[in-house]
Amino acid sequence: MVWITGGALAAILLAALTMLFVILYNGLGIFWPSRVQRVQLTDGTGFLGMRLDGHTDPQHGAQVRFKTANREFDAQRQDFRWITQSDVVSAEYPVDVVVLERQANGDFYGFLLGLRVPGLELPENSDPATRLQQALRAIAVQRAERLDPLLDRISAVTDERNRVEVVQLKAAYRKKQAEAHVPPDADAVALLDGQLKELSAEAASLQGQSERLVAERTAAETTLRENVAVFRDGKGTERSITLIDVVRAFRPNAMGIAGKVGHYLAKIWELLSTAPREANTEGGVLPAIFGTVALILLMALSSFPLGVLAGVYLGEYARDGVFVRMVRIGVNNLAGIPSIVYGIFGCGFFINYLGWNIDHSLYAYRLSKGPVFGTGGVLWAALTLGLLTVPVVIVATEEAIRVIPRSIRESSFALGSTKFQTLYRVILPLASPGILTGFILAMARAAGEVAPLMLTGVVNSAATLPLDGKFPFLHLERQFMHLGFQIYSVGFQSPNSEAARPMVYVITLLLILIVMVLSSVAIYLRNRMRKTLQIRTL
Amino acid sequence: MMNDPMPTTPNARKIEVAARLATDASAKPDTQDAIVQVENLCLFYGRSQALTDITIDFQRHQVTALIGPSGCGKSTLLRCLNRMNDLIDDIHTSGSILVDGDQILDRSTDVIELRRKVGMVFQKPTPFAKTIYENVAYGLRIAGVRDRRILDEAVEHSLHRAALWDEVKDRLHQSALGLSGGQHQRLCIARAVAVRPEIILMDEPCSALDPRSTTRVEDLIGELRSEYTIIIVTHNMQQAARVSDHTAFLYEGVLIEFRPTQALFTCPAKKETEDYLTGRFG
Repeated sequence: MVWITGGALAAILLAALTMLFVILYNGLGIFWPSRVQRVQLTDGTGFLGMRLDGHTDPQHGAQVRFKTANREFDAQRQDFRWITQSDVVSAEYPVDVVVLERQANGDFYGFLLGLRVPGLELPENSDPATRLQQALRAIAVQRAERLDPLLDRISAVTDERNRVEVVQLKAAYRKKQAEAHVPPDADAVALLDGQLKELSAEAASLQGQSERLVAERTAAETTLRENVAVFRDGKGTERSITLIDVVRAFRPNAMGIAGKVGHYLAKIWELLSTAPREANTEGGVLPAIFGTVALILLMALSSFPLGVLAGVYLGEYARDGVFVRMVRIGVNNLAGIPSIVYGIFGCGFFINYLGWNIDHSLYAYRLSKGPVFGTGGVLWAALTLGLLTVPVVIVATEEAIRVIPRSIRESSFALGSTKFQTLYRVILPLASPGILTGFILAMARAAGEVAPLMLTGVVNSAATLPLDGKFPFLHLERQFMHLGFQIYSVGFQSPNSEAARPMVYVITLLLILIVMVLSSVAIYLRNRMRKTLQIRTL
Repeated sequence: MMNDPMPTTPNARKIEVAARLATDASAKPDTQDAIVQVENLCLFYGRSQALTDITIDFQRHQVTALIGPSGCGKSTLLRCLNRMNDLIDDIHTSGSILVDGDQILDRSTDVIELRRKVGMVFQKPTPFAKTIYENVAYGLRIAGVRDRRILDEAVEHSLHRAALWDEVKDRLHQSALGLSGGQHQRLCIARAVAVRPEIILMDEPCSALDPRSTTRVEDLIGELRSEYTIIIVTHNMQQAARVSDHTAFLYEGVLIEFRPTQALFTCPAKKETEDYLTGRFG
C-alpha cells in the first residue's frame, strides 16, 4: 500500500515539476542573446539565422529550424525556416553580425555597411558598430526633444477635445429635453443654442490645433526617418533600416558573458516596465500585469467582506435547520459551477442590466458615443470574479468559526459580554487564520480564471490603464488587459503564433510568479498571525 | 459521561427518590445569611427532566461544594445560577432563584448584569487569543471601562488574587496562549475576579490540571472565600472535603443531602450519600 500511495504522490509531483521545468526552461531562456550563424546551402544561397530546434523526418533526414528574422523581406513573410541538415555546406559565426530589435516587423539580422545620418551630428569614429550605437542614442535624444513634447501636446489637446465633446453632448441632450418639454422651453433652448455655438467653435479650434500639431509631428518624424543604417543581409542584398524604428541593436557573436547578462537584464526590465509592441508578441507586459493585479485586488475588495459576513452569519447566528443545511449545500455547490457560467451571468446581469441602467440614468446624454458602464470593464470583471470566489470565503469562514470550542464562547458570555462583543473580540481573532486561508484559496482561484473575464471586459490591447493621473484617477469602467487572457490571445489568436511562442512562456511564467507572490504574502501574514496567537498550543 | 452503574428508568427512579427524600430535601445549614436562594427548581432538557424540585440556599462568603455522580445535574444546577443554560436550545425551568433577593429566572432579568455579579470558571481553561493583560481586562473592557489606570490596577489586583502576578508580571503583553495549563486556569480565575463579582461558580476547575496546579487552585479558593461566595462542582471528594464549608450531594437530579462538609463526610444521613462516599457507586 505504501508503494501505491507513494507512487501516486510521486506521479503528481513529477507532472507538476515537469510543467514548471518546461515553463522555466522556455520562459527564462528566450531573452538570452544566442549567437547568429551564417549558413551556406548546397544550392549556392545563404542566410543568417539563429539555430533553434530540430527533428528527424523520414523523407528528408535531419531538419533544423532557424530563426531568420527579416520578416518583411521574406517571400512568405516568415520569421522561421526549416533547413535539411544535408543541404548545409558550411555554418559559421561571423563576429560582426548585428541584430536589430525593431518597433515593427520583428528582428533584423545583417552586416552593417554604413550610416546615412543627415540630421545627426556624430563624433567621427572609424568603428561602424560604435557609430551605430551613437546614432541610436542621438536619435533617442532627438525623439525626446522633438517628438515627445509634440506627442504630449497632442494628447493634451485630445483630452481637452474629449472634455468639450462631453459638454457638447450634455448641452445637446438638454436642448432636446427643453424642446420636448410641453410647452417647449424657448428660453432654455435659446440659451443652450448659444452655448452649443460657443462649444462647437471651441471644438473646431481644438480640432484645428490638433491637426496642426499632428502635421508638425509628421514633419518632424519624416525628417528623423531620413536617418538610416545600411545593412547587407544574409542573401547579400543591401537593406536600409530607419534608425527611429530600431529599439535596440547588438552583436550577439561579439558579446562576452557580461554583455549577455546585461542584455538579459535589460530585456527583463523592458518586459516589466513597458507596453507591448507588434500585437503583444514583443515588448513588455506592464498593462497586463497591472490589469491582473488590479483585478485581483478589486475582486478581494468585493468578495472578502461579503463572504466573511455571510460566513459569520452561517457559523454564529443561523440555527441548524433544513434551510441552513440547504444554504450550506448550495454554497458548496456554487464553488463547482463552471466559471464560464459566472461569465455569462456577469455579462447578462452586471453589463447588460446594471451597466445599461447606469448608462441610461447617469450617462444618457452620451449614449450616442457608446456605452460607459454598459460594456465590459474592470469593475464588472472584478464583481464577477468576486461572485465566483465568495463561496470559498464563506465556507472557510464558517468552518473557522465552528471549530472554536463552545467553552470559549461561554467564558466570554460568563464575563457579561453580549453576543456581538463575543463575536468581535473573541471569536473573530481566533478564527482569523482560518478565514485568511479561505482568502488565499479564493485569490489563487481568481488569479487563474480567464473564461469569465473574456465575457466581462478583458481585451487584447487596452489603450489606457484603469488607474491614471486624470480625474477621477480610478477608471473602473475601462477595459483592461490580463496575463491569463494574454496567454490565450498571443499564443492562439496571434497571426504570427510561431514568433509569439516565447512570449507565451514568459507570460505564463509571470502569471505563475504573480499568483505565487500574492499567495506568499497572504500566507506570511496568516503565519505571523498564527504565531502571535499561538493557536497551536490551544 | 454516563457511567452510572445502577440500572434505572430515569424518570420513575427520580420520582421515587424524590418522594422518599421529600422531607429532607430542604435541609438548611445553620447560618441564615443566604446570598442565593433556590426554591423548587425543576429543569427539563426537551422532555427529559434534569433537575427535580431543588431547594437550596448558598451562604455568603462560604464555599459550597456540589458533589454527585456524573449526570446527576450538579453542573446544570450551577449553570442555572448565571443563566448559562440560556445558550442551549430547548430548555425549560420552573421554580425560583433569588440572587441577592432578585429573581433571576424572569425573562426581564438583565442577564449581562447578572453575569457580572455571578462569575464563572470552567472545567477546561479557556484563555482568549489575546495578551495576558487583555484577557484579565476583558470583562472590564466590554463593560465600557477605558481608563488605563483603572484597568492597570484591576489587572494587577486580579492577578495577585489569582496568585499569578509573580509569574507573569514581566510578560503581561505577550499572548496568554503561551502559558501552561495550570497558569491558564488561574488566569481564568483572575479574569473572573477582575469584574468584581459577588459569587464565583466553578465547574470542576481542577479536573484538567496536574496535582501541583490543583493544590495551587485549591489554596486560591481558600483565599478567595473572604471576599467571594464560591460554589464549586467537583468530582473529587477529597477536594470537596478540603475546600468547602458546606457540601450538597445530588443524585439523578435530586438534592439528597445538604449539610456542613464535615458532618456530611463523617456521618452521612442518607444511605445514597453513604454509598456514594464509600464508593459503592458513582
